[in-house]
Amino acid sequence: MATIKLDNIRKSFGKTDVIHGVSVDIEDGEFIVIVGPSGCGKSTLLRMVAGLETVTGGEVQIDGRRVNEVEPMDRDIAMVFQNYALYPHMSVEQNMAYGLKIAGTPKPEIAERVAEAARMLRLEDYLKRKPRELSGGQRQRVAMGRAIVRKPKVFLFDEPLSNLDAKLRVQMRLEIKELQARLGITALYVTHDQVEAMTLADRMIVMKDGRADQIGVPLEVYSNPRTEFVAGFIGSPATNFLDAARVPGAPSGAARIGVRPEHARLVAAGEGRLQGELGFAEALGAETLIHMKLAGSEAPFTIRQDGALPAPGAGLPCGIDWEPGSEMPFGPDGARLD
Amino acid sequence: MSGMVEKRGVGLWFTHVGLIIGVLIIFFPIWLAFVASTVTQPEIVKPPMPLWPGDQFFANYRKALVSGINAPVAVMLFNSFVMAMGIALGKILISLMSAFAIVYFKFPGRRLFFWLIFLTLMLPVEVRIVPTYEVVAGFGMLNSYSGLIFPLIASATATFLFRQFFMTVPDELAEAARVDGARPMRFFWDILLPMSRTNIAALFVILFIYGWNQYLWPLLITTDPDMNTIVMGIRQMFPSGDDVADWPVIMATSILAMLPPVVVVVSMQRLFIRGLVDSEK
Ligand SMILES: Nc1ncnc2c1ncn2[C@@H]1O[C@H](COP(=O)(O)OP(=O)(O)OP(=O)(O)O)[C@@H](O)[C@H]1O
Ligand SMILES: [Mg+2]
Repeated sequence: MATIKLDNIRKSFGKTDVIHGVSVDIEDGEFIVIVGPSGCGKSTLLRMVAGLETVTGGEVQIDGRRVNEVEPMDRDIAMVFQNYALYPHMSVEQNMAYGLKIAGTPKPEIAERVAEAARMLRLEDYLKRKPRELSGGQRQRVAMGRAIVRKPKVFLFDEPLSNLDAKLRVQMRLEIKELQARLGITALYVTHDQVEAMTLADRMIVMKDGRADQIGVPLEVYSNPRTEFVAGFIGSPATNFLDAARVPGAPSGAARIGVRPEHARLVAAGEGRLQGELGFAEALGAETLIHMKLAGSEAPFTIRQDGALPAPGAGLPCGIDWEPGSEMPFGPDGARLD
Repeated sequence: MSGMVEKRGVGLWFTHVGLIIGVLIIFFPIWLAFVASTVTQPEIVKPPMPLWPGDQFFANYRKALVSGINAPVAVMLFNSFVMAMGIALGKILISLMSAFAIVYFKFPGRRLFFWLIFLTLMLPVEVRIVPTYEVVAGFGMLNSYSGLIFPLIASATATFLFRQFFMTVPDELAEAARVDGARPMRFFWDILLPMSRTNIAALFVILFIYGWNQYLWPLLITTDPDMNTIVMGIRQMFPSGDDVADWPVIMATSILAMLPPVVVVVSMQRLFIRGLVDSEK
């Protein structure tokens, strides 16, 4: 268990700057998710905490100790890789025991800890098998087991679920969250899946192009995004963005207005704040997504309404309305105005 | 349905007959050599040549092994064995280490070293034989095992193969080992080496035979009959001038020279297949 502090850390590969100064204080036992689009530097950030990548600038601290120059093995961390990186010629048991064996842990203790991890992860029946004799989900659990037997101060995960099918992903997501909470180990988790980020995180770091656009509690990030990028990235279906000039009553100085699909509602033609034409509707049961074509604009507009409400047919003219308090004005630089 | 099975049955027979004929054709000269090694000298030179083994098996083989013509075949077999093992093991060891260095470490001149090693691929023993001889003679290694072995160890083929194999090993594996606390050599022994074992077995077979079949190099640097290797030794058994060739003993020697590579191939094949089956499970 440990605190982690990233102080304005930077990373360049040769002349290319990849991380442009990220700072965050992570508390003991916190579950932090780093989320962002592909190539924004999530893995690079995580690997700098792991010690697999050198730090170009700034400082990484674990438990108040500067670890920039410390080898991964001496940082007391454990990492779960996207493709699991299990040793193919070792059995499940040996895979989990390897780190302890190197550390010179006495044999009985190794056996005990491996057995305990196997019980926690329901791997007891597979201890003698080789990784290739396991399913994807089982391999994933072995990778988890290899991390927990070490009893590290920090867990690092790099997209550990992205090779699993959708159903298993949901199940493993719950297991990871539950395990982390039970063990109380500080965790840093990288994903590009916003649902994973929302459900797992105590706090999330939304990254874009090597910068942390917003750091905060998931619901706070969702309801109060600080930048246009975050508003567009978090939430599905995505936020509707409107040219402020075309929205009557938009705050002064705003370049764009963001409206979440669930905050907009259909009203009769000629009423509301915008006019448009109904496109097709996706009835998902509990809710219906209505896609609209706005008058004089190419941008689509999505409304999310209760599945019980009537969804009028395509082609009809319609008005759109929302509470002024629910709209999100953004300046020309993409920063939130209010 | 039954027609299909029948047809397949016939096809099976055809291929088998074809294969058997092929095997017989290839095997026939070896059979003749074996027959020649079990009869007496007059029986060989008097046409027609015998096609079935005679009763001189033990006499001929004992003569070959114990006294031979220039040197006892047992000694030559031992020399060849030392040379082939030395070359195979030495090459594997050196190339494993250098491939490991080239793939996993960043050091100045890494590319240069790789290309230097690669260059030796283009310079087989025969091409560099004169300067190599000079060097070996200068070190006083003529008529010695080190003279037979060391010049042939330096070659890039195996380094190149291991390099290719190491590059297919995912980076995450090395990183996982690093996080687990394995220092580089530990990673090499615990993870890289066991993962390469089938490659090592295959290379060992190839290199053992390569070493066993060396002809020109041993011929050049061993003048002492006690240091002769078997492959060149056979050639030395042919008489010069008017002497009569002792064909049964020469043939016995040939058969003996064939056995170790066969044993290596057959026994390593088992290990090879076991490796494959292990990775299949
Ligand atoms: N070894 C490297 N050398 C040069 N550039 C690199 C290297 N590793 C990563 N990069 C670059 O750094 C940027 C961030 O890479 P990173 O792997 O951190 O992205 P990511 O956010 O993890 O993306 P993904 O979701 O696709 O995994 C990318 O633009 C990538 O091209
Ligand atoms: Mg990544």
